[in-house]
Amino acid sequence: MIRKNASPKKIARQTPAGPVFARARIICMVLLLAVLPSALIWHLAHLQVIPTAEKGYTFLQEQGQARTVREEVIQAYRGVITDRNGEILAVSTPVKSIVLNPQRFDPEKTAVLAEALGLKTSELAARIGRFSDKQFMYVARNLPPHDADRILALKLEGVSAEKGFQRFYPAGEVAAHVVGFTDIDDRGREGMELALENWLAGTPGSRRVMKDLKGNVVKDLGVIRAAESGKDVQLSLDLRLQYLAYRELKNAIAEQGAASGSIVMLDAQTGEILAMANQPSYNPNNRSQIQPAQLRNRAVTDMIEPGSTMKPFTIVAALESGRYSPNTKIDTNPGYWRVGGKTYSDFRNYGVMDLTTVIQKSSQVAISKIAMDLPPEDLRDVFYRVGVGQLSGTGFPGEALGKLPNPRRWHPTERAALAFGHGMTLTALQLAHAYTVFATGGILRPTAILKQQNVPEGSRVIDVKHSQQVLNMLKAVTQTGGTATRAQIKAYPVAGKTGTAHKVGEGGYADDKYIALFAGLAPADNPEIVMVVIINEPPQEHYYGGEAAAPVFARVAEGTLRLLQVPPSQSPSQQKVVAR
Amino acid sequence: MSKGQDFVRRLPDSSHHFKSATSFWRLIHIDPILLLGLLALSVYGLVVLYSASGHSQFMVKRQVVFFGMAYLAMFAVAQVNLMFLERYAFWFYGFGIILLVLVLVVGVGAKGAQRWLSLGFVRFQPSEILKLAVPICVASFFSARILPPRFSHIVICLVFILLPAALIVKQPDLGTAILVATSGLIGLFLAGLPWRYILGTVAAVAAAAWPMWHFVMHDYQKRRVLTLLDPEADRLGAGWNIIQSKTAIGSGGWEGKGWMNGTQSQLDFLPESHTDFIIAVLAEEFGMMGVLLLLAGYFFVISRGLWIAVTAQSTFSRILAGSITLTFMVYVFVNIGMVSGLLPVVGVPLPLVSLGGTSLISLMLGFGLLMAVATERKRVTV
Repeated sequence: MIRKNASPKKIARQTPAGPVFARARIICMVLLLAVLPSALIWHLAHLQVIPTAEKGYTFLQEQGQARTVREEVIQAYRGVITDRNGEILAVSTPVKSIVLNPQRFDPEKTAVLAEALGLKTSELAARIGRFSDKQFMYVARNLPPHDADRILALKLEGVSAEKGFQRFYPAGEVAAHVVGFTDIDDRGREGMELALENWLAGTPGSRRVMKDLKGNVVKDLGVIRAAESGKDVQLSLDLRLQYLAYRELKNAIAEQGAASGSIVMLDAQTGEILAMANQPSYNPNNRSQIQPAQLRNRAVTDMIEPGSTMKPFTIVAALESGRYSPNTKIDTNPGYWRVGGKTYSDFRNYGVMDLTTVIQKSSQVAISKIAMDLPPEDLRDVFYRVGVGQLSGTGFPGEALGKLPNPRRWHPTERAALAFGHGMTLTALQLAHAYTVFATGGILRPTAILKQQNVPEGSRVIDVKHSQQVLNMLKAVTQTGGTATRAQIKAYPVAGKTGTAHKVGEGGYADDKYIALFAGLAPADNPEIVMVVIINEPPQEHYYGGEAAAPVFARVAEGTLRLLQVPPSQSPSQQKVVAR
Repeated sequence: MSKGQDFVRRLPDSSHHFKSATSFWRLIHIDPILLLGLLALSVYGLVVLYSASGHSQFMVKRQVVFFGMAYLAMFAVAQVNLMFLERYAFWFYGFGIILLVLVLVVGVGAKGAQRWLSLGFVRFQPSEILKLAVPICVASFFSARILPPRFSHIVICLVFILLPAALIVKQPDLGTAILVATSGLIGLFLAGLPWRYILGTVAAVAAAAWPMWHFVMHDYQKRRVLTLLDPEADRLGAGWNIIQSKTAIGSGGWEGKGWMNGTQSQLDFLPESHTDFIIAVLAEEFGMMGVLLLLAGYFFVISRGLWIAVTAQSTFSRILAGSITLTFMVYVFVNIGMVSGLLPVVGVPLPLVSLGGTSLISLMLGFGLLMAVATERKRVTV
């Protein structure tokens, strides 16, 4: 107090400069000390505590949340696909994808990231350059989790990982066409993966997470909606039989040098697909080198002329007319016959033969004669009843309908051609399905790729007597003198029918390209399986169905019956020795 | 014996202790009240820094070492004889100017700015020295002259102030240049710069602004000014920091999210969170309450500083103490104003809280001078 009162006057006298000014000015600054903090507090209060402030704390807190709190998709686990015995055909394994935010990524770190990923720096830089105005890009998809973790351990800004699932197909190329595959986003693209997408996929869930600036999840704030796993699917396929069919088909195609081929095996009684194999196939686990031709499930997508394999159904039409019986004699002399300007000839002149022999020898002359004797609508009706020209109902992507002509007026050659399966097309699956009527006593059941709990409801399409009569004729085909003695197998009688068709090329039938077919049932007495073997473009010297396709049938059928533990119905000694 | 009696009986004794205590503090040239305020702010600053640095014990330890050095420097400077300082002020100032010129010639730095001088074992920013040299020089200049200052004296003083500011702008370091100039101008103001000059300057700037804006400035220059005034217009560039810091401050609310629980700062959204923008971390984690507590601390220190200035013994001491205290106030105001979006962004650390070595030491040197003023003996002669 003493100083305050006394010193100013004293100092003012003593010093050239009066101290009064400085003191007055300091007091003036004290006012500033009141004003400035008030302004700050006023401003901060608007930011932090005043509820009515425009862009106040409610707005800013939302902004803060918007920056850090994100909804993240929880990938749904895709259903497992198994065969009828529970063997896994497709299963999802967890993987991680490396994602990058180009806005936050330091381009100088490109080399480090590229090296860790085993990519070329220049390529990666170019890719990042293309996404430079985006906030998100994939750098590497679906890595094994430990590989992805190794890259995350580099702690590069803007680089993070996304969890997902990748499909793995243990059966590989063997079941590739049936099972199909999913794309990189885990959506079905082929086969059952595509057909049953909605069933397998499940519903992705979401959870709330807190992320830092680099996009790393730092805190899990809870699940909003749990992911619903996809449902599992059990196919009717039997992986053991599938392996067998695939192996034999692949070997046969390779040995013969044929272009492609298919095998379809149905459960003779239920109509379920037990095996469906095609060549060429592909490895669904590594599709980098894939050609479109490999992707086709030829057994359902390719329409083929069935050729002579349709003859048994012509016989059915003949039997249904009431004017024919298995013993009815047909005169095929002199081994050829002209209809409507076309000549149909047999391998040689078989003379007079009964209907069984017609099938056994696959006589063109006899079957054309029968066809010309029947109303073409009746013949067509039999074909239609057994499913020709109709979808199987299995839902295979790209399934072909087949074609069954239905002209208003039938030309004689059209009538004759229909009798031996020309001028019409169907798929291997349709052909196998049609043949099940001989196993079931005339009842056609819908075919299925999903395992059926009960034998499906069928409908009678052929009289049981006619069915049995034709089945007996089909047995003769594999007996001595038939066209398919090579379809015989040890211990089981086989019924079946060969077929050989010219391939349709440019401008009509190609003279030098064939399709060899064999459709058969085994064991013939009480069929367990119906199988169709198709060899596309077999070698020119052995192109008949009996030569190219029947042996494959025999090998697959023999293994199958053994695997299915079907009791042998004839001892080896009973079996007639094959002459050829 | 009642408590009342006890209290009454002991009161005279305590005044005796107080007296002897005062003389002890005067002996070691320390103002205990100011020291208390500074220590409180330093501890508070370390607590915030630990969270802001991402729980880095290393950074906190380093800051503690800086604090130790800074307090030692303060203690050392507090022993300086102010008359000696007043006398050799211009030499000190001249030394600072030479260092600034050296920075421009042989300085080192990063990101296109040349701000440091390297002595091999240590690097320092000479511009920090000028933060003290300029107010000392101004105070010394006016202490020997008749106040209020004449026009010619004002012009000479402005040269003293603007020369180092211009050299620092060249580095370039606009923020420090403004602070150095401000410390000098505050000295000039305290010396009694006539109001008519102040108002005249304000009027002239306002009058020149309009024609400058419309006829002289290029578009890119205008954009720069606009960004400086409204950083939020440039959301991904200059605005990014401000948007993030405002978000952090606002998210804190009244109570805050709790120590080390701020999402903006802890999740790396807030840039410079342990240096210039540390107040945003504090605001997010301790809320408005925490900010008010900090402001109370600063208010206490500034008030004490102004009291020291008002009660100072000489014109030199008074102008010097006033300049130092008010410059400190400007630091606080500019930093918080900048982080909260009230003022343009210039690189000014939050005193005693932001991580920093050189700036902390120069700050505490200033407080050392303040302590010297506070404990100065009564002058009998000039």
